[in-house]
Amino acid sequence: MSLLEMESVAGGYGQVQVLHGIDLAVEQGHVAVVLGANGAGKTTTLRAISGMIHVQGDIRFNGTSIVGRSPEAVSRMGIAHVPQGRGTFTDLSVDDNMRIGAINRKDGEVESDLATWYDLFPRLGDRRRQQAGSMSGGEQQMLALARAMMARPQLLLLDEPSLGLAPLVTRELFARLGELNREQGLSVLVVEQNASLALSIGHWAYVLETGRIAVQNEAVKLQDDEAVRKAYLGF
Amino acid sequence: MQLFVEQVINGIANGAIYGALALALVLIFRSTGVLNFAQGEMAMFSTFITWKLTTGGLPVWGAILISMGIAFIAGAAIERTLIRPFEGSNRSPLNVVIVSLGMFLAINSLAQLVFGTDPQRLPSPVPNRRLTILESSNGGINITYPTLMLIAVLIVECIALWWLLQRTKLGLKLRAVAADADSARLHGIKAGSMLMFGWALSAAIGALAGAMVASSRVGFDASLMQTIIVYAFAAAALGGFDSLWGAVLCGIFVGVANSLTVQYVNALDGIELVMPLALILIVLVVMPNGLFGKRTVERV
Repeated sequence: MSLLEMESVAGGYGQVQVLHGIDLAVEQGHVAVVLGANGAGKTTTLRAISGMIHVQGDIRFNGTSIVGRSPEAVSRMGIAHVPQGRGTFTDLSVDDNMRIGAINRKDGEVESDLATWYDLFPRLGDRRRQQAGSMSGGEQQMLALARAMMARPQLLLLDEPSLGLAPLVTRELFARLGELNREQGLSVLVVEQNASLALSIGHWAYVLETGRIAVQNEAVKLQDDEAVRKAYLGF
Repeated sequence: MQLFVEQVINGIANGAIYGALALALVLIFRSTGVLNFAQGEMAMFSTFITWKLTTGGLPVWGAILISMGIAFIAGAAIERTLIRPFEGSNRSPLNVVIVSLGMFLAINSLAQLVFGTDPQRLPSPVPNRRLTILESSNGGINITYPTLMLIAVLIVECIALWWLLQRTKLGLKLRAVAADADSARLHGIKAGSMLMFGWALSAAIGALAGAMVASSRVGFDASLMQTIIVYAFAAAALGGFDSLWGAVLCGIFVGVANSLTVQYVNALDGIELVMPLALILIVLVVMPNGLFGKRTVERV
């Protein structure tokens, strides 16, 4: 059984259907990558998982169907979603942002987790009292990642983390993500336009085209497949 | 000089009420982005409930607490039944403004229907004595107990709210929803419950403010809050609408400014309401963020 399974998931916004039957799986401990052009339905796929839109079809997490649950319920089941735009609580402090990540945890280890993440991302630690909105895009993306991790999720959904970031910052972000996956066994579903970076840390990859999965393969193989690269990924 | 100081103290006491009501306005504005025009009328209705409880023999402090509890529940119910169906990211925020204007009229009429149109008297929670400080040959400065009470209540209210918002998990959830409701939901926070709680809290604060005004007057009727809400709006605008502490401080500023204009500017005799209206206009033109509003720095 996969950690997350989507089975012929269709849906969209009001009258506009964006997804036309998506079949997708994320294995425990793997990084799954969803690639595709603008408007292919990448963001909508993540929104479907988080219960932010109405869908037909089935979505199972740990074998349990999560279709029809509210975003807050899905989050409480152990799925952390970093949306496009990073979801920063801009006028709250960095520290408050981090604590919001852990808001539903009942264990007594929130403080020690905070310390761990501030160690891992010293820039956040230095700015913990600062207004989160005043940080740079890269810092806010690091904050989004750390904040999501504060929930101790089983699955992390990342929506175009590279958007608006300098290439160097993007590279660091993906390096961190790869580390989290290898060292902590974090399962990730990442949606990206920056194909080569995402594929470099991915296990399995999907290419989305107008709401359907056009191609899927092991990430390494997809990266080497010249025909797919030319047709869909543009590099 | 003595008159001046007394007027300033009176102004602070009135300002404490404007500040308390502005606090309630800002609390709802921050969590829903909506100005609740019915805030004053909700407070007035609660005041009638407080009064009704005292006529049943309850001590006035007890009546105020019970009425705050009732207002808390009613505020939550109003959010659930009258506000939520009309709001949402795909709807215009004007919808809720119209609903709140409708509530303004409806609650006012309902109060007159249920409690009558005769002025009623709410007993003061503290003895109506006066304290003389800085006594000197020409009399010293007089402060009445009710004046002190108004100021003390505001201080306690501020500390309690600060503690709730900055020191508790519930407060963090409230602030998260106020800052970004969608993102808060993705963190497992029930945004709907928080909005309901915001309305409930505001209604309870309003109930307290209403009782404070009514008890410092000889009598009150359904028009109790109608001028006061204008001062509260002025205070909230001056404070920048998103700052709780700004609302309180500016409430006091408006109160003092008002009591000094009434005392010293004869030209405004009888039309004192010009002062808060002018303040609102000046703030909106000169500094739309208010004195304490965050100039949100946002980098993308």
